[in-house]
Amino acid sequence: MKRNFEDDKEKMVVVEGSYAVADAVKACRPNVISAYPITPQTHIVEDLSQFIADGEIPNCEYLNVESEFSAISALVGSSAAGARSYSATTSQGLELMHEVLFNVAGMRLPVVMTVVNRAVSAPINIWNDQQDSISQRDTGWIQLHAEDTQEAADMTAQAFKIAEDPDVMLPVLACMDGFILSHVYEPVILLDEDLVAEYLPPFEPKFKLDPKNPKTFGAFADPHSYTEFRFLQQQAMNKALKTIEDAADEFYDLFGRHYGGLIDTYETEDADIILMAMGSIVGTIKDVVDKLRAQGVKVGLLKVRSFRPFPAEAIKNAIKGAKVVVALDKNISLGLNEGALFTETKGSLYNTNVNIPIIGFMIGHGGRDIPMSTMEAIVDEAKKVIDSGITVESQFTDLKEELL
Amino acid sequence: MKEIRIHGRGGQGSVTAAELLAVAAFADGKFSQAFPAFGVERRGAPVQAFTRINDDPIRLRAQVYEPDYVIVQDPTLLEVVDVESGAKDDGVILINSDFEPEHFDLNTNAKIMTVNATKIALDIIGRPIVNTVLLGAFAGASGLIDPESIKDAVKERFPGKVGEKNAEAIQKAYDMMTEA
Repeated sequence: MKRNFEDDKEKMVVVEGSYAVADAVKACRPNVISAYPITPQTHIVEDLSQFIADGEIPNCEYLNVESEFSAISALVGSSAAGARSYSATTSQGLELMHEVLFNVAGMRLPVVMTVVNRAVSAPINIWNDQQDSISQRDTGWIQLHAEDTQEAADMTAQAFKIAEDPDVMLPVLACMDGFILSHVYEPVILLDEDLVAEYLPPFEPKFKLDPKNPKTFGAFADPHSYTEFRFLQQQAMNKALKTIEDAADEFYDLFGRHYGGLIDTYETEDADIILMAMGSIVGTIKDVVDKLRAQGVKVGLLKVRSFRPFPAEAIKNAIKGAKVVVALDKNISLGLNEGALFTETKGSLYNTNVNIPIIGFMIGHGGRDIPMSTMEAIVDEAKKVIDSGITVESQFTDLKEELL
Repeated sequence: MKEIRIHGRGGQGSVTAAELLAVAAFADGKFSQAFPAFGVERRGAPVQAFTRINDDPIRLRAQVYEPDYVIVQDPTLLEVVDVESGAKDDGVILINSDFEPEHFDLNTNAKIMTVNATKIALDIIGRPIVNTVLLGAFAGASGLIDPESIKDAVKERFPGKVGEKNAEAIQKAYDMMTEA
């Protein structure tokens, strides 16, 4: 992270995380916002609806639709027609969108959607984990994760910039941890609309639906050509690796805040133990790193900001000097007993010359709180791996045996 | 870093109190963070909210387990919640009650203080809404925060007469704690 908090303090206000993101959306001048206003939803679309009612977002249509499926379907049409299109969702709402997410990505529509990460049912649970967005891994959406509310707000502008890049033209899920970030009040700088206008040029897609110049989006592709569409989507993901870095750098030049591009590192240079994670847990880990560093433990943090495209090369370079890597996942692939970050990091290193022990901890499911003591216990387990190798490769954290 | 845990019942404005405290602390030049112990919100159910106040930016996202200050909006919570849980030895537990602190037998080394916030609220605001009153008392008991900042935060959230009445009640509670 690069920013000057003392200078920033003058411009900060204390608002709810959801409000900060809604305000950022407003600054991005969307043309269509769709939302289904029922639990699970977020204050983001509530605040946006207020902005619209107050006339604060000119040239924007707010569609109050009848389901999450409709919310994302409506944006297929609006984005194809050349409108900058936005929605926010969470949990089961995102799962209901699943089918349409493939369509948005396949048609190369640069929709941006904030995901307020929450657990999925059953059992019913409204609290935070990241199973909802991780389960959209293969839909073809770029997926970014924010560590604090300022980053969640700033990421909104970056998301449009990345999505609408002519080399990319892919939709973006901008993720923030439910409640932990969406409901927290903390100081943030609300985005300056003029600066955002400078950062984010108007959306002018090369191809759009226009009655005067008819086109078809998402049409039939038989075995003769379907493969090539998939290849081009993957190629766009590859290009996005650079675009995501550039979008972060350009944002820094204009706004003076940088949260990493694909990844960010904290005290990793000489670290024996590197913890890797996504989202708000990153903040807690930084405090743990400082505490343990003061005790002489050489521990560092690798924050993964982009889960899709997966920054395999950047991760490899960041961890190659460590003696053990710990991947923390607020999700699980049932039947593999691993979280996605763990599986993919391990997999992406297998055929490289970086051969470091990696262990995984699945943590914070369904909103279970993650105190510093839990994180310190995980570091203790990592130390054991340095001394005597891996005994348990991937495991649940803070499991309550008495409830089983 | 100072950590505050507020105990109340759903509908008593514990979350609002935590947020207002964060706004006021930031106005005082500190960094702050406020969030609820997220539950399924039901009127009357025990709820918790947290505020952190620090000279440096706050990164920690865990709940508050070892509070420097505990604020209890409703003394009947003492029968169902261990409000003293984890309270620091040099901490303060501030209870809304017309009893003296000696009345409360809590398993803690933290200092227990009481304020009859319900009476202040009824006398000045006309309703038994004690969250803002307790913030005034907290400012007085802790010396951590300028009561003017709390009043400003409350008046901004509740403009007009409601805010003015609350500000008056906040000052009254602050005075009672500082004069005691």
